Amino acid sequence: MELTDAVLAGQRLALARLLTQVENDTPQGRAALNDLFPHTGQAHLIGVTGAPGTGKSSLVSQLVRAFRQPQESGEQVQVAVVAVDPTSPFTGGALLGDRVRMRELSGDPGVFIRSMASRGALGGLAWRTAAVVQVLDAAGFDLILIETVGAGQSEVDIARLAHSTLVVESPGAGDDIQASKAGILEIADILVVNKADRPGVDTTVRALKAMLGQAQAIAGKHLLKTSHDEAQQEHIGWEIPVMRTIATSGEGIPELAAAIREHRDYLQSSGDWQQRDQTRLQSELEALLQSTLLSRWRASVSRERYQQTLEELATRSISPLQAVERLLNN
Amino acid sequence: MTERKIRVLIAKPGLDGHDRGAKVIARALRDAGMEVIYTGLRQTPQMIAEAALQEDVDAVGLSILSGAHNALVPAVVDLLRENGQENVLVFAGGIIPESDIPGLKQAGVSAVYGPGTTMSEVVEAIQQAVLGTVAA
Repeated sequence: MELTDAVLAGQRLALARLLTQVENDTPQGRAALNDLFPHTGQAHLIGVTGAPGTGKSSLVSQLVRAFRQPQESGEQVQVAVVAVDPTSPFTGGALLGDRVRMRELSGDPGVFIRSMASRGALGGLAWRTAAVVQVLDAAGFDLILIETVGAGQSEVDIARLAHSTLVVESPGAGDDIQASKAGILEIADILVVNKADRPGVDTTVRALKAMLGQAQAIAGKHLLKTSHDEAQQEHIGWEIPVMRTIATSGEGIPELAAAIREHRDYLQSSGDWQQRDQTRLQSELEALLQSTLLSRWRASVSRERYQQTLEELATRSISPLQAVERLLNN
Repeated sequence: MTERKIRVLIAKPGLDGHDRGAKVIARALRDAGMEVIYTGLRQTPQMIAEAALQEDVDAVGLSILSGAHNALVPAVVDLLRENGQENVLVFAGGIIPESDIPGLKQAGVSAVYGPGTTMSEVVEAIQQAVLGTVAA
């Protein structure tokens, strides 16, 4: 397929156009994904998540610069960034502003930045992001950073798409930390406290370390009893570091880049890389199954029947469970 | 297949630091259901063309209040063409004297929007050019 060949040959316009096809789930996009899949599996996928205002984009930009430094061998890795921002649920539009923080990366032919809108689909975001990442992987990027806003289940889904997940915090969150952290600790491989020049950074670092200690103790005990969750097991061999950075000045960035490389080395030497890949592919499969089944179902049910069921639900003639039974059983 | 989204790049070329207009347009386009990539300030034509390519946008809006439009706008159009993106709609806005508009249009700009332009005018022009129709 012409577009696929052009992408594999390194043509950037073809890559950009294919990403659009894939995002819009066109037949051409689907065919290309099938063609490109055997070429995937080389890239190191790095998820970067965290609340708005923690400086993720600036951090990503600095990391890309650090990764682009030639290595000892003189080799330069190619880096892609996928920046996901929310779609307005009211208008269906989105303001994608992450590039604003990445101006220092422009002009570097070894860097490719793509902004994506969440588009509000149920479960659809994880699948679309996975597809975009697959294309970039096949196109030959060695590192792919996936930046998302940490809030809710879909971001946890996206984190499962990565080999290494960074969760970014900033100081001053205070006791608010307690509330939001449960899910984060399950997905984080590296915790980063950015804006480390702000007051409260020591408290934040201490609070995170304390929670990590508790979580790992519980996980350890838990695992002695039951070993169902392989994803949890993966974490035990790796001690999650809490790192400080100031993305605007670059402080802490070389250490963070080193920690990310260390995590990749750990995954590869411990065999976790394959395990993560499998878990990741399973997550992608589940996400795709969900969105495909949902759209097939939507196509199969008539608007009238759906509306009628909604009305009966609204008048409380039937319960939500009964409504689902009715809709699913033709 | 999912609904086709219009992707627009809003850029501020040159040394002009007034970004309110660009942000107003960006928000209006978002409210019209488009995906808007905003580049931020002090963009060179090269940076704008690079972003337009990577993001595979349907349209590029250039906001210039510095008077440098005769140099910067054609430079962007030329780079887009060089990169194989000749079909991308280019429009400009800001402070651009009427006498300069014909020259800009000849250089490949589809429309120049001065102060007082309504948002719906800009939205409809983009929808018409990209989709061949104006959305409901």
